[in-house]
Amino acid sequence: MSDDPRERIIICRCNDVTQKEIEDLIDQGITDIEMIKRITRIGMGPCQGRTCIPLVAGIIARKTGKKVEEINIPATRIPVRPVPMGVLVGDDDEE
Amino acid sequence: MMKSKVDVAIIGGGIIGLYTAYELAKRGVENIAIYEKKYLGSGSTFRCGTGIRQQFGDEANITMMKHAVEKWSTLGEEIGFPELKMSKTGYLFLLYDEKEVEQYRKNVALQNSHGVPSEIISAEEAREIVPSLDISEVIAAAWNPTDGKADPFVAVHGLATTLKNMGVVINEYTEVKEISVKDGAVEGVKTSKGDVKSDIVLNAANAWAKILNEKLGISIPIEPYKHQGIATEPIKKGEIKPMVVSFKHGGAYLTQESNGGVIGGIALKYGPTWDITPTYEFMREVSRNFSMIIPALKHVAIIRQWGGYYAETPDHNAAIGKIDEIDGYYLAAGFSGHGFMLAPSVAEGMADLIIKGASNLPLSFYDPYRFQRGELREQAIQMG
Repeated sequence: MSDDPRERIIICRCNDVTQKEIEDLIDQGITDIEMIKRITRIGMGPCQGRTCIPLVAGIIARKTGKKVEEINIPATRIPVRPVPMGVLVGDDDEE
Repeated sequence: MMKSKVDVAIIGGGIIGLYTAYELAKRGVENIAIYEKKYLGSGSTFRCGTGIRQQFGDEANITMMKHAVEKWSTLGEEIGFPELKMSKTGYLFLLYDEKEVEQYRKNVALQNSHGVPSEIISAEEAREIVPSLDISEVIAAAWNPTDGKADPFVAVHGLATTLKNMGVVINEYTEVKEISVKDGAVEGVKTSKGDVKSDIVLNAANAWAKILNEKLGISIPIEPYKHQGIATEPIKKGEIKPMVVSFKHGGAYLTQESNGGVIGGIALKYGPTWDITPTYEFMREVSRNFSMIIPALKHVAIIRQWGGYYAETPDHNAAIGKIDEIDGYYLAAGFSGHGFMLAPSVAEGMADLIIKGASNLPLSFYDPYRFQRGELREQAIQMG
């Protein structure tokens, strides 16, 4: 384990993304949350970015000097909560 | 500040624009700029199904895709981006009746004659490749182990990083409003952030290509259709290695991503339309069809659904080539769902066309003027 505490701070729990990974991308000049999302897959897990998106927006704002309001939040996709395919086709032995 | 004069202006920061910029830069062209109205990949590239296949039913697409697979296989290494790798996990077309088998036998023979190692296999052999398949109605399958998939996010990130190092200027959130023309030749582009002079302009705007063409009085039929995809929660890795395709089940295609989630779609489309809002109808139909192909998927949850454009032409083949009416104007658009997989070959062909005036690849198949001449190609095999 590295000494950098940012490697132990998990920003996205669905896809195991650390604070360091996010900050490294921003340091490389990738500051668009849409691109950070695709490279790290933040916001694309089962929780739909409930935890990570505000955190990442905050990191981008802090590192780039932008206001959080200026950062466009990526789309939330349906279904907002995970739904088994069996439920969608009417086989409701799932729930 | 944006440059006011470039040598080549590329409209569209999707895989076609980026890869073509790379092929041009590799050939020594300097002063290339890309204009993307949103962020890179935001059009169709980031919304695609990730598949890369050589199992087409016509010579041109087979030739283009065989070459593209060779290039996809080495691109990551070539640009020093090892995480960009094509996974050769194959494409498995499930066949349910004799007529389908007959057609795929012909396709396989044509593919084999071009060196693509596809074959017709039995239903049991298909189940050995994907053990969770329901093969009760499957009578055979077309299988090619050298087809596969790649991650469009990594591809765009890798190419963009390389292009910046090569000196290509990438202008995001910069919309090209029109292409300026003077005395029958391209003069440059007018963007939301100012005008740029360029003697060469490539329209790689795919779904939006027609809007720019129409302003120039050029009519090439490319229409935006809403197609959709879904991603599931991760399941055990390696359960669904290849892209599995079933035309019987709604034109479904599905595979597993490297993180274990299943992604795919069906052929339910809407349009022409600019609306790409995901629909409940699609989610229900995708679930119904996927769970007939692999019954265990009933227990797997969908976590995301998104929409994107297939920029479709009447024969589902792209429009690629020089625009005769205007010197210095080139088009590579209307990929009808095949832009990502075809990109390496299209880019190479387009770079040669721009620099040398000709390409060894069969670009003439995609001649943008075939529509007005009424010479439509046989419909490309398309799913999703």
